[in-house]
Amino acid sequence: MIDPQVLERHGLKPDEYERIVQFMGREPNLTELGIFSVMWSEHCSYKSSRVHLKTLPTEGPQVLQGPGENAGAVDIGDGLAAVFKIESHNHPSFIEPYQGAATGVGGIIRDIFTMGARPIALLNSLRFGALDAPGTRRILEGVVAGIAGYGNSIGIPTVGGEIVFEPSYAGNPLVNVFCLGIARASDIIKGVASGVGNSVYYVGAKTGRDGIHGATMASAEFDEKSAEKRPAVQVGDPFMEKLLLEACLEVMQTDALVGIQDMGAAGLTCSTTEMGSRGGAGVEIDVALVPQRETGMTPYEIMLSESQERMLLVAKPGREAEVERIFEKWDLHAVRIGHVTSDGLLRVKERGTTVAEIPNRALTDEAPVYRRPMTEPEYLREVRTLDLDDLASPERLALLGARGFQPSDQNHALLALLASPTIGSKRWVYRQYDHMVRTNTINLPGFGAGVVRIKGTDRALAMSVDGNGRYCYLDPCRGAMLAVAEAARNVACSGARPLAATNCLNFGNPERPAIMWQFAKAVEGIGAACRALDVPITGGNVSLYNETDGNAIFPTPTIGVVGLLEHADRVVGRRFQESGDAIILLGEGRGELGGSEYLKVAHELVRGVPPALDLEAERALQALLVALAGERLMRSAHDCSDGGLAAAVAECCFDTIGIGAEVSVAAEQVARDPRVNTAAALFGESASRVVISAVPEDVTRILERAAAARVPARVVGQTGGNRLRVAAGGEMVIDLSVDEAERAWSTAIERYFVKRVA
Amino acid sequence: MRFGIVVFPGSNCDEDAFHAAKTVFGQDAEYLWHKDADLKGADVLILPGGFAHGDYLRTGAMARFSPIMASVRAFAERGGPVLGICNGFQILLESGLLPGAMLRNKGLKYRCEHVHVRVEQTDTPFTSAASVGRVLRIPIGHGEGNYFAPPDMLQAIEANRQVVLRYTDAQGRIDEASNPNGSVNAIAGLCNAARNVVGMMPHPERACEPLLGGVDGCAIFESILRGAEIPALHAVGRSV
Repeated sequence: MIDPQVLERHGLKPDEYERIVQFMGREPNLTELGIFSVMWSEHCSYKSSRVHLKTLPTEGPQVLQGPGENAGAVDIGDGLAAVFKIESHNHPSFIEPYQGAATGVGGIIRDIFTMGARPIALLNSLRFGALDAPGTRRILEGVVAGIAGYGNSIGIPTVGGEIVFEPSYAGNPLVNVFCLGIARASDIIKGVASGVGNSVYYVGAKTGRDGIHGATMASAEFDEKSAEKRPAVQVGDPFMEKLLLEACLEVMQTDALVGIQDMGAAGLTCSTTEMGSRGGAGVEIDVALVPQRETGMTPYEIMLSESQERMLLVAKPGREAEVERIFEKWDLHAVRIGHVTSDGLLRVKERGTTVAEIPNRALTDEAPVYRRPMTEPEYLREVRTLDLDDLASPERLALLGARGFQPSDQNHALLALLASPTIGSKRWVYRQYDHMVRTNTINLPGFGAGVVRIKGTDRALAMSVDGNGRYCYLDPCRGAMLAVAEAARNVACSGARPLAATNCLNFGNPERPAIMWQFAKAVEGIGAACRALDVPITGGNVSLYNETDGNAIFPTPTIGVVGLLEHADRVVGRRFQESGDAIILLGEGRGELGGSEYLKVAHELVRGVPPALDLEAERALQALLVALAGERLMRSAHDCSDGGLAAAVAECCFDTIGIGAEVSVAAEQVARDPRVNTAAALFGESASRVVISAVPEDVTRILERAAAARVPARVVGQTGGNRLRVAAGGEMVIDLSVDEAERAWSTAIERYFVKRVA
Repeated sequence: MRFGIVVFPGSNCDEDAFHAAKTVFGQDAEYLWHKDADLKGADVLILPGGFAHGDYLRTGAMARFSPIMASVRAFAERGGPVLGICNGFQILLESGLLPGAMLRNKGLKYRCEHVHVRVEQTDTPFTSAASVGRVLRIPIGHGEGNYFAPPDMLQAIEANRQVVLRYTDAQGRIDEASNPNGSVNAIAGLCNAARNVVGMMPHPERACEPLLGGVDGCAIFESILRGAEIPALHAVGRSV
């Protein structure tokens, strides 16, 4: 019965099958094989990534819950905890953008309320192919509508995020969704099953045949046949989840539960196994008792279904009626499908007959762990060289001229950068998301990190998700460090002290040594940066096999950082507040063009080495930002990232009442050709830089604080007028009306959809 | 003053309305579960925003069958002030407590952003503290806010001065660009003929604290509180 074809369909290797037979002491039946296949899939077992993930820092006095549970948790004072995690839904979103993205949102929300926390904010980090490429708009529209459809309905605001367009994601978009909730620290509930004889309840949507083998699908590459996998994508029902959310939080208030877990990837299989395993117990269920949406479902199908909006919970003895009553109130039916045992086995019955019996240990602890071979990819030698002189060569200038790009015209260059969908305003996207429901959002999307106040306290939480696949493609270790630094810096710009991080690691096929090398290097970089900036990783997710037809995405670790703002009313945003304010640059530009958006937009190049990062300087900068915000010395703060200083200053002018700015930047001698030199000063993406504005009277104090913190700081100009003027090396090189610049920026994405909206 | 906030399964702005009434304005507030009939002595009812019953059919189409709606109707008929916000407005339309219907937004997409609305009428319990022509900056968040009424009905609504709020620009001028959803006559808020039942698409509860970036929504709540000091504006209501 179990031949090589069956194994292949289950994504199991022959040696893995041998291992299964050894553990079982016999051949598994098909149901058991299915259970092994999902639990040992890359998605559930982390078999390729585990050895590397173990090196990440996960501890600190602020950490209440590290990796291993449904989500991480940190102490935010007043007896409260912030519970948060990021997760990917890349593969389903490519196959069916709306439902793939929607169920990604649903899944991460369940992870948060499963911990006993009320979800209060969502973020997302998205990657698509070039916006003018065929298919991208359809995927973008579907993904955005899916996120909106689910998040808006359930009533959790999407308060921020990031979107990058890059050809490497054309056949494999990334949809990473972050959710944060608040719980009383003492009320955090875990996904454990314990207490022999305790009832195991199933609650939520009925089980159908949707999503069977979703976890296995997420552990394989794409090819032209992938569209046929559509039945493996689940369909979301945000209303059902809203009921589950309210009912579960109500049940948790009663202290009647031993543990609870959502059914996400690998559905009933994963939840029964993991709950039993964590509790050092076994779980026995009868699949005939599982509420079913379709007739004639086999135990195999029921165990592997990934139907959405389902929870598994274990009630304390004698409290069953109470639990059932609360679910009844919400028109949900908690069904007892089994009980906790002492034998450490996952036992599945069908009308009393045992159809599968596997030690939990075999499915979890004993899952294969691979130390896969790694080699530095060959492409790196080629792409890391960046000859700045070559950028100004007559041949290249002719090439650019043919595309209508004048590298000596910095007005033009800035407008082109602002109109790049990666830099341009994401308003078209975020206005489809309800970002204000729950009336906590005090920094709206597009204005910097997402910030939500915590009702009943003076505090607020800031959060940001960041990643730069281009940097990581050029240097995965440094690129990952830069991602951590940027996420933490964005949080610090709002005035919040970064507390902890969550990561979503999106990579190609780990069985290829070059990809595995990228992965290992990125994890190394994350670890180093998280240690230096004191933001331990409290959980996250790994998404491998992001390849289509053998082409891997840029390695893309996405980092979510959460920070605490002691006084919500001292939150700082990106926008200039008033004319006549001083503009100060914290940090130093080094004219680094490697991997920059400028190189890509102007020269169509992805080359060079990403900007250097001094972690100690970064830490000092972030501490300074938090201190300045705490003393109300900054009126605005905006990180310099894509597009460098010029784009950052421009963005500070946007969404104001048209406040202009005049700044001058030192043009460092980075190239012999002055045209490249100026571009490097304006658009280079040197790290650890922030543009702040302040009332003139506060400038001295700010510079003193910066000097004491050993953060380079310099007044570079002032706000005012209705033009954006930038001088470099004493020469006025950018002079644009704010209106014109803002038009280019605000329509960067919208203009691709105009025809269809009319 | 006691606010009663109706909670349907799928309501998601119920806590926001509660917070505004209780914490921001310091009033009594009670949640009213949709399966109950008891209004718990509420002086004013709010049907909050959200996606009642998931809104998989037409928005508000299922909610009107909830047991509490009979009590809401009786309360309205006695002249009690009822405010429907967003999904609450849609439910009032489906229940026939307000005239007309909602269509999908003209751009077919959900829109969440600050908009400007001009106060058209001040003889309702929810706008009495504002002045005619005052422009309020209040957020919206909806996918089906494109108000529609057939010509005869629209004419009657206008003749009876039932349009309470209209979408305008910041200066109070009506133009297409300022109408976020394509509503006929730029209608953002509406009252019944008896003027005690008001529906509005913008969310005043999202604009009651400086921290949230605006306080123009306070005008709606202040009107309610002011109404409490004045004997019932209209003794007997009649359905539209």
